[in-house]
Amino acid sequence: MKELILVIVGAALVNNIILSQFQGLCPFLGVSKKVDTSLGMGAAVVFVIVLASIVTNLIYTFVLVPTGLTYLQTIAFILVIAALVQLVEMFLKKNMPSLYQALGVFLPLITTNCAVLGSALTNVQKEYNFIFSVANGFGTAVGFTIAIVLLASIRESIEDNDIPFNFQGSPIVLITSGLMAIAFMGFSGLI
Amino acid sequence: MNKCVERLYNGIIKENPTFVLMLGMCPTLAVTTTAINGVGMGLSTTAVLVFSNLIISALRKIIPDRVRIPAYIVIVASLVTIVQLLLQAFIPSLYQSLGIFIPLIVVNCIILGRAEAYAAKNGPLESAFDGIGMGLGFTVGLTCIAAFRELLGAGAIFGLELIPEDFRIAIFGLAPGAFFVLAGLTALQNKFKAPSATNGSVPQSKLACGGDCMSCHGCASQANHGTLEEVRAKAEAEAQAKKEAAIKAAQAKKAAEAAEAGKTEE
Repeated sequence: MKELILVIVGAALVNNIILSQFQGLCPFLGVSKKVDTSLGMGAAVVFVIVLASIVTNLIYTFVLVPTGLTYLQTIAFILVIAALVQLVEMFLKKNMPSLYQALGVFLPLITTNCAVLGSALTNVQKEYNFIFSVANGFGTAVGFTIAIVLLASIRESIEDNDIPFNFQGSPIVLITSGLMAIAFMGFSGLI
Repeated sequence: MNKCVERLYNGIIKENPTFVLMLGMCPTLAVTTTAINGVGMGLSTTAVLVFSNLIISALRKIIPDRVRIPAYIVIVASLVTIVQLLLQAFIPSLYQSLGIFIPLIVVNCIILGRAEAYAAKNGPLESAFDGIGMGLGFTVGLTCIAAFRELLGAGAIFGLELIPEDFRIAIFGLAPGAFFVLAGLTALQNKFKAPSATNGSVPQSKLACGGDCMSCHGCASQANHGTLEEVRAKAEAEAQAKKEAAIKAAQAKKAAEAAEAGKTEE
């Protein structure tokens, strides 16, 4: 149990997927203008990464390892993730319209997000078993949500500030992310 | 042949993926800790890009439009696996230091972006040269950023020590430094009004993913989604039209029957 908590905290804070691993930067910089949308994106990412961790782990242990095709993991994972996202989207649209309203727009955006494929590959690389894979995926996704919501809050509050012309737009966002990354480096003593 | 040279110029200078199009930000920030990593990542991406452009362009008339994105992904993923295995076998040190970013070339916007924007519409030779140009442009961009970070962070370029240890700024070699270097770069581009996707001076509609990773919305799947949505809307409109026609026909029939009934009553 203690190890499980360590994995989750490690993935969420210490090795934050965005601020120290640099995966999933595109949505991090692109969908962080408003807190609401960033929360929606975060929720969708949690949903997809946890599902993807489950499915890719099952595929890896029950299909790729027995058939000796582990070198095909990249192809298998990206296809499974793409298909999974499409299925989830269709399922939500049909059966849970309210949830689809909240998350639907973000789902297609994360198919080719590096964070999803990255966490699936990390699970394999670190040889996590099923439960640890899911825990790692969950921690990763929570870390993503924390980072993107924090950045969106900061961006909302610096919107009215008088930023020098040259730093308007993406430079100030990048500097903000850099400062956040410094703050997150403080977590490295946690484990 | 002239067109091929033009593609090289376009990729390396005019539409440089790192400095102008701002594509593939994840590897740009993540692996640029040392110049050698930047070169390695750039060349690996180049290899994948050249062959993916070549194959996709050769198959562009065979791949059905609706499943083109999954087809591209399979082609790119296979090439990435080949590159990964080759690196693992012949340059294990580079394979170690690039780590997970080798398989993550699959989801690099540049690859699917070029496939969608260029290879799907042009011949194999030009597409291959487009891949070489774009790949070299990416390599140059990564190497410049990486050399800058290595110089400030570790006081060396390609392992050649230039700055004594007391004057190094270690943070440039760490994660936050990557953000700061990129922030400085984009700020300079704003200052000199240089063409860049981040200050909106480069048209964004050219690539599948808009060519702008700052406002990227998941690249290819977005385009795919749009296509499927269009197909769905078309089918729905057709069904609607059919329904209306059927209703109209039924109404006309009713009216005719009513008229007939009225006639017989008279």
